[in-house]
Amino acid sequence: MEITCINCPVGCRLSVTLENGQVTSVTGNTCKRGEIYARQECVDPQRMVTAVIPVAGSAMPLSVKTRTPIPKKLIDECMKALSAVEIAAPVKAGSVVLANVCGTGVDIIATKSVGA
Amino acid sequence: MNSKCVDILVIGAGPAGLAAAIAAKEDGIDNLLVLEREHNPGGILRQCIHNGFGLHRFKEELTGPEYAQRDIDRAREMGIEIQTDTTVLSVDGKTHTVTCVSSAHGVEIITAKAIILAMGCRERPRGALGTPGTRCAGIYSAGTAQKFVNLEGYMPGKRVVILGSGDIGLIMARRMTLQGAKVLACVELMPFSSGLNRNIVQCLNDYDIPLYLSHTVIDIKGRERLTGVTVAKVDANRQPIPGSEIEFDCDTLLLSVGLIPENELSEGAGVKLSPLTSGAEVDDVLQTNLPGIFACGNVLHVHDLVDHVSNESFRAGHAAAAYVRGQLSGGDTLDVRDGDGVRGTVPQRIRKGVSEEVDLMFRPSGVFRNATCIVTCGGREIARKKAPIFTPGEMAVVKLKPEIVAGLDDTVTVTIERS
Ligand SMILES: Cc1cc2nc3c(=O)[nH]c(=O)nc-3n(C[C@H](O)[C@H](O)[C@H](O)COP(=O)(O)OP(=O)(O)OC[C@H]3O[C@@H](n4cnc5c(N)ncnc54)[C@H](O)[C@@H]3O)c2cc1C
Ligand code: SF4
Repeated sequence: MEITCINCPVGCRLSVTLENGQVTSVTGNTCKRGEIYARQECVDPQRMVTAVIPVAGSAMPLSVKTRTPIPKKLIDECMKALSAVEIAAPVKAGSVVLANVCGTGVDIIATKSVGA
Repeated sequence: MNSKCVDILVIGAGPAGLAAAIAAKEDGIDNLLVLEREHNPGGILRQCIHNGFGLHRFKEELTGPEYAQRDIDRAREMGIEIQTDTTVLSVDGKTHTVTCVSSAHGVEIITAKAIILAMGCRERPRGALGTPGTRCAGIYSAGTAQKFVNLEGYMPGKRVVILGSGDIGLIMARRMTLQGAKVLACVELMPFSSGLNRNIVQCLNDYDIPLYLSHTVIDIKGRERLTGVTVAKVDANRQPIPGSEIEFDCDTLLLSVGLIPENELSEGAGVKLSPLTSGAEVDDVLQTNLPGIFACGNVLHVHDLVDHVSNESFRAGHAAAAYVRGQLSGGDTLDVRDGDGVRGTVPQRIRKGVSEEVDLMFRPSGVFRNATCIVTCGGREIARKKAPIFTPGEMAVVKLKPEIVAGLDDTVTVTIERS
């Protein structure tokens, strides 16, 4: 299977060999991260999610991110959960906006400060 | 009218201007001023809320606002003065006087020993493209849409087609989808994408958004508001092929067809521009043809990686500091030329007899697989770099070591050798 490593802009083309759903070899990666990515991607693909949400008391929306990647199949659900979040200014960069999103154990945090 | 003198004046407080100012301050230049026309420093990164910045420089993956904040915090800690809401109107390249305007101070004249140009780039407008059809509402550049959604908090439309596969267009395909719109297609005239491969994967493929290569928009429909576009396949001469039309019902068309350095000020100052990069021609320390005027970041050449912008700008800041102190060696330079497969190498000149590392940066002129970039000096090979793929969407960098630079005695040529 051919996949593109998305960990950095180099975008190495990786060749992955799978046997019975298990990754047996990865080639084409320039660094270790590529191999880790390939092993994850073929079993349970994960992505960082970034978004903007409205903030009461601020004309500017707040940009947020998942602290670490979450399973790709949960992106939709994650966005739904985010749309229900009610938050008011001031918000500080790095503060938790939504804890343990969709039971992933991953928090969503603010990536900038608003109205502070 | 107010007037003042500074040692170094930096125009633009994006990542380039901030890094240049930090480097100059580190070198002991205290009489330093950064001018920024927006209300907040940070430049275009403020609207790039996605992750993927800073892997090289900070060894972690940051979003645009987080990356920018690190430099803003550092600049503030160091006591660097950033005057925002101030637009530079003109630069006199001979006297080093800069005219700027702000509501707080009115028109000001600032004279500087050295000037660092860091004004970034802007998007190619629709007019430069010649898309046919009516001039209805619902057509935006991808960067403008990015600003609406990420900084102002409103969505420009619900059903979207993207013309051009530049990174900002790809990033916006994902953003519009995540924030609730339906992105129907991304349409690219060339047979390859001009964006990074990782963005094709994580912005289009992840959301099942089709990419139509060798296609273009041939008609735009709608009176007041866009109601649809017609897309057709193009032949090798980029002419639409009759019978290949596809109709899309959409209320929004985003254009992501490239960036151009913002060089009106530089031109007015008499800075010599390169027709290939649309930015200044510079030497290995980013000095333009005008002594004491330096350029870095997207105003010099369009970067796809902010980490490279910061690196380049640190170099410009250190060089400007050396210039102010009278410690920057000048003299003869050797030309750097583009060979086969290479376009727009920066720097265009290297000072003779210096022994500092030089990064040669360029865009491959096509897609080359398993190719090797070879750098020669008067026919002698001085560096090489192999890569599984070179593409115009990714800036390539080849480093020349200090001892190699010290030995240069002839024109340097950068070539991509295909296997
Ligand atoms: C719309 C857009 C989206 C982008 N998205 C991405 C992305 O998703 N990922 C990525 O890696 N790269 C992206 N880039 C590239 C990104 O811009 C660069 O990596 C980097 O931010 C360039 O830094 P810079 O400081 O050179 O320019 P900028 O960040 O553009 O900063 C230039 C600054 O100069 C100021 N300025 C300009 N003219 C004047 C004047 N006359 N007087 C005073 N101030 C002035 C501007 O207001 C601005 O703040 C994008 C570029 C654009 C244009
Ligand atoms: S393998 Fe390493 S170098 Fe290649 S794209 Fe992935 S992270 Fe980047």
